[in-house]
Amino acid sequence: MENINLKINGVDVSAPAGSTILEAARIANIDIPTLCFLKDINEIGACRVCVVEVKGARSLVASCVYPVNEGMEVFTNSPKVLESRKKTVQLLLSAHDRKCLSCVRSGNCELQKLARDLNVEDEGYFDGEKIAHTIDDSAAHMYRDNSKCILCRRCVAMCDKVQGIGVIGANQRGFKTEICSAFEMGLGDTSCVSCGQCIAVCPTGAISEKDNTTEVFKALADTSKHVIVQTAPAVRAALGEEFGLEIGTNVEGKMVTALRKLGFAKVFDTNFAADLTIMEEAHEFLDRVKNGGKLPLITSCSPGWIKYCEHYFPDMTENLSSCKSPQQMFGAIAKTYYAEKMGIDPKDIVMVSVMPCTAKKFEIGRDDQNAAGVPDVDIAITTRELARMINRAGIKFASLEDGKFDDPLGESTGAAVIFGATGGVMEAALRTAVATLTNADPASVEFTDVRGVEGIKEASYDVAGMTVKVAVASGLSNARELLTKVKNGEADYHFIEIMGCPGGCVNGGGQPQQPASVRNFTDLRAERAKALYSQDAASEVRMSHKNESVKKLYAEFLGEPGSHKAHEILHTTYVKRKINK
Amino acid sequence: MSSETKTTVPFNGTEEQKAELLKVIAEKKDENGALMPILQKAQDIYGYLPIEVQTIISDEMNIPLEKVYGVATFYSQFSLFPKGKYRISVCLGTACYVKGSGDIFNKLEEVLGIKGGECTPDGKFSLEACRCIGACGLAPVLTVNDDVYGRLTVDDVKDIIAKYND
Repeated sequence: MENINLKINGVDVSAPAGSTILEAARIANIDIPTLCFLKDINEIGACRVCVVEVKGARSLVASCVYPVNEGMEVFTNSPKVLESRKKTVQLLLSAHDRKCLSCVRSGNCELQKLARDLNVEDEGYFDGEKIAHTIDDSAAHMYRDNSKCILCRRCVAMCDKVQGIGVIGANQRGFKTEICSAFEMGLGDTSCVSCGQCIAVCPTGAISEKDNTTEVFKALADTSKHVIVQTAPAVRAALGEEFGLEIGTNVEGKMVTALRKLGFAKVFDTNFAADLTIMEEAHEFLDRVKNGGKLPLITSCSPGWIKYCEHYFPDMTENLSSCKSPQQMFGAIAKTYYAEKMGIDPKDIVMVSVMPCTAKKFEIGRDDQNAAGVPDVDIAITTRELARMINRAGIKFASLEDGKFDDPLGESTGAAVIFGATGGVMEAALRTAVATLTNADPASVEFTDVRGVEGIKEASYDVAGMTVKVAVASGLSNARELLTKVKNGEADYHFIEIMGCPGGCVNGGGQPQQPASVRNFTDLRAERAKALYSQDAASEVRMSHKNESVKKLYAEFLGEPGSHKAHEILHTTYVKRKINK
Repeated sequence: MSSETKTTVPFNGTEEQKAELLKVIAEKKDENGALMPILQKAQDIYGYLPIEVQTIISDEMNIPLEKVYGVATFYSQFSLFPKGKYRISVCLGTACYVKGSGDIFNKLEEVLGIKGGECTPDGKFSLEACRCIGACGLAPVLTVNDDVYGRLTVDDVKDIIAKYND
């Protein structure tokens, strides 16, 4: 591609044609602060924080959307630029609830950092009228406090463009503008699917998950309770970011030690239930293929995707696997098999899950998720909340020794750990399905066609004389595109994996919040997924049906995959919902 | 969230109105920028844009209700509230305003228990501000449907409303 030559702060820079000033500056190792800009998602040049001076231009320009031209001279740090940015931030602060001390985002708030970097000495300089907002806590997983909203519209773009849901937007106009749902209805009354992608991109504390950490600390202090924990595959690939480790560092060992130090009686791995999910789902798939059941079979691990399907494709809920998600399967096994083995009343077990996901908070309250007559999972916390707990307990994470998960529900295979990335569930299922159909191990356990961060992936495999067509989608706009094809008869797959968040659970709504300055230039999805695929590659056992503890669970308790007992404990039901009430 | 914008007046849309709206949507929905003209037609048909009407538009156009609502609340010519049997318009033009029509407007809000743009729950009175109606000599002025009342004081408000007691 042709290159454009320009000068930034007097230094020659060469950038590909079509680059923005922001991108060109990056090449020259110059950071320009941004606020509303999210690459490919929210490119509206609205907040004016990224303004720069261009020689000959009549006014300052928004570098995030302004393309470079040959011979252009740009100044990113002139007094005029710095003064303008400062004033912009001061104006934003004039209507902002500045209770930073008690704000969940204090320390990683993008507005706070800007105010500090731009030397805003008086945050109340432009103080004037403020709108009295009430907090919307109607949804199961999050709250919205518009007194901290700066109207950047990052959440709106995420919800509408990336997820294709659009239950939030800008209403009213001028000073009265606010981001909320139609007719000011609570988010819990809309078709919000709880994916939490809005939280992941919010620069301030305006939207956040409902924090359940106090509840967990309380349970841990209650000596009459047996408090156990499970951690989802994707958590280990991102938790380290909260403690300054490089993106993509696998911190499984430190995480296990930290959980033990926090006082959990047993530290288990959701990966165990991921292997179990494969046993049940592969069985369900083969059963549907053999007996003319509803195809394509669609995975059911992602609760955001499940709720989306219920709202937007209600006539396809029969295609969903009836398997509970790994989180719920784990809880169900903990409160039946494990409780029986340990001689503990399931009522005295508190099952805590650590998830990369906010929809898991919604999922634990769904119907038909209580195998032992009590909820399968009691408290679901996000990766971020676990980091908060570790900090609150004064545990020095970075210097912890590596620990190992407890037996028996801590054993897992390489197939399970890749559940955290888009394509991972499909690959894990293929490994076991191929082995089952051919009565032999596949030549290679790596099904690389279904890997990678593309929104929609397709592949077909010849297995025991049958051509198995599969597809994988992540992010709900992609899911919609794929399912619309299936619905219109333009595609005929046997098996589809869908994850609600783009890139899968590694990029879930409950994962550490990386500021736009990082998100815009790093593919979080790919970097975090690498940690999981490396762990898989290094695993001795890489197929779910070879998990010894899972085999034992069937032998001692469940019988066969798909047995009556397995159905009662490990499977669930769905409802049909509307988009608008 | 800061404001409540759901009308308390029960929705009385007829099947005929709905059929007309569906026809308009079917004609226009595939055009670029169809939402605005559809909202305008919907307001012509129903007189206002309550949640029931916006939901029809959302469902039929296959776009989020929030997107419809965002547009409906952005432009001031769209109303989320019906007009009352008696439409009270208070002139807030310069002459009337100088003569105290702002106080009269506030008094009406207080007596009727509604804000400007809204309608009383019984559907009887709606209140709006208007600009000069060309009766500056009578300032401050208000109208109730076609009746004009001039040279008003705040104390006249209750008596005027009492006249419409059917």
